[in-house]
Amino acid sequence: MKYIIAVIRPHRLLEVKHELEKNDIHLMTVSDVLGCGRQKGVTEVYRGVTEVDNLLRKTKIEIAVNDEYLEPAINAIMKAAPEKEVGDGKIFIFDLQECLRIRTGEKGNSAIG
Amino acid sequence: MINGADTAWVIVATALVVLMTPTLAFFYGGLVRKKNILSILMQCMVILAVISIQWILFGYSLAFGPDKGGVIGGYEWFFLNNVGLKPLEGQTIPHQLFVCFQMMFAVITPALMVGAFAERIKFTGFLFFIILWSTFIYDPMAHWVWAPGGWLFDKGVLDFAGGTVIHITAGISALVMSLMIGKRHGGASSPSPHNLPFAVLGAGFLWFGWFGFNAGSALAVKEQTVSAFINTNTAAAAAVLIWMLLDWFIHKTPTVLGVITGAVAGLVAITPAAGFVTPMASIAIGAGGSLLGFIFVTYVKKKCGYDDTLDVFGVHGMAGIWGALATGLFASKEIGGADGLFNGNPSQLPVQALSVAVAVIFAAAGTFILFKITDFLIGMRVESRDEKIGLDLSQHHEAGYTLMD
Repeated sequence: MKYIIAVIRPHRLLEVKHELEKNDIHLMTVSDVLGCGRQKGVTEVYRGVTEVDNLLRKTKIEIAVNDEYLEPAINAIMKAAPEKEVGDGKIFIFDLQECLRIRTGEKGNSAIG
Repeated sequence: MINGADTAWVIVATALVVLMTPTLAFFYGGLVRKKNILSILMQCMVILAVISIQWILFGYSLAFGPDKGGVIGGYEWFFLNNVGLKPLEGQTIPHQLFVCFQMMFAVITPALMVGAFAERIKFTGFLFFIILWSTFIYDPMAHWVWAPGGWLFDKGVLDFAGGTVIHITAGISALVMSLMIGKRHGGASSPSPHNLPFAVLGAGFLWFGWFGFNAGSALAVKEQTVSAFINTNTAAAAAVLIWMLLDWFIHKTPTVLGVITGAVAGLVAITPAAGFVTPMASIAIGAGGSLLGFIFVTYVKKKCGYDDTLDVFGVHGMAGIWGALATGLFASKEIGGADGLFNGNPSQLPVQALSVAVAVIFAAAGTFILFKITDFLIGMRVESRDEKIGLDLSQHHEAGYTLMD
């Protein structure tokens, strides 16, 4: 089992989610986050003063998958998330030790999907 | 002769109507996604500024200036030349106060349309379009119906506070706009309101401001003023209850969004009739507006698939048409104006129907042409990427909300 964390541009979320669903991956957790990367920032102007904040809004997607779904999940994100510019985000992959479904107490592969 | 009480009331009423535009901004702003709230507030505030100036420079003269063939006002009152503080014939308030009161109607009418093209319009195109629309659609329409010598005015059309001039023109133009600018990215069934409490605040203060809108339209303190006042409240109340019950029976839940939408539908429906009907009739008018609005918002929009984002056509257009026709049914000479069908005068209804038809055709054709011109010169719709990022950041470089301090 693998645990995927992807940090992407907020406005790409709908496309990424759509692409994941096409690859039969329906379960995910999504949150609004702030982060610093190499991207220099979206400028905001308040009363004529331009502020460049390098803590940028991003969207974090977390997905737990069985091993055979790892490639499809990554392909989906790589297909839908990029704009080929600094700031497209990152994908992190972890080995997942255990997974439990709280309602039934199931464990492992059957609990994940 | 200037009357003190009349003048004091119309000053207060004018201030009440000013409030309606920022209030409308919050009503609409709460209903869009959070990445677009500032664009809505911005568009409404800018309309308040731009049309105020347009009105003083030439809009007022086109709408209410000395009549030219029943079609348009003359240039004699451009830049408020010859518009002083002495009352107009038949009025008891300073002429410039009448200018101000009417100015706020000219302001809120284009602001109503903001809900139709929300979340996807380019700010430059919007600004250009609004000035054209006010000048070439609102000003002539106001002249025809309200100015002495206007051709619909001379036919005896009853439109107390702007059902035809304001709500039908704005509602129909909104439909045309939403068809021409196209659906939002992701189709017409995009996400739900991001801040319903804002929308409730907005609708509540619209209700409050509408007392100035309707009761102020009497332009004096007299019996008819109070008729308009009680009718405005009664129609809104009836409409709220009807929408809530429809929601309850058909969708199994009474909803907040339904209640506030119903309130606006009722207020729209009573607008043309406010000073001409009894309180009992206002219940029927409010309820009818709510029912029609409900049908169009819930069923017709879904079936036809146009993306009138915040239901300007369904609520303002349809309740406006109903209100204008209902005036021809329920009007009573004892309250004001003329008798309607139910009071034994069958000749008023055809006149009302004519005014509805004229407003629908003129607004639809005019908006089509003005949209084409603006789209050609400037462009109406933002780039797809800007739309997805949201209009707040892409058009104004500001964000409505921060994630952390």
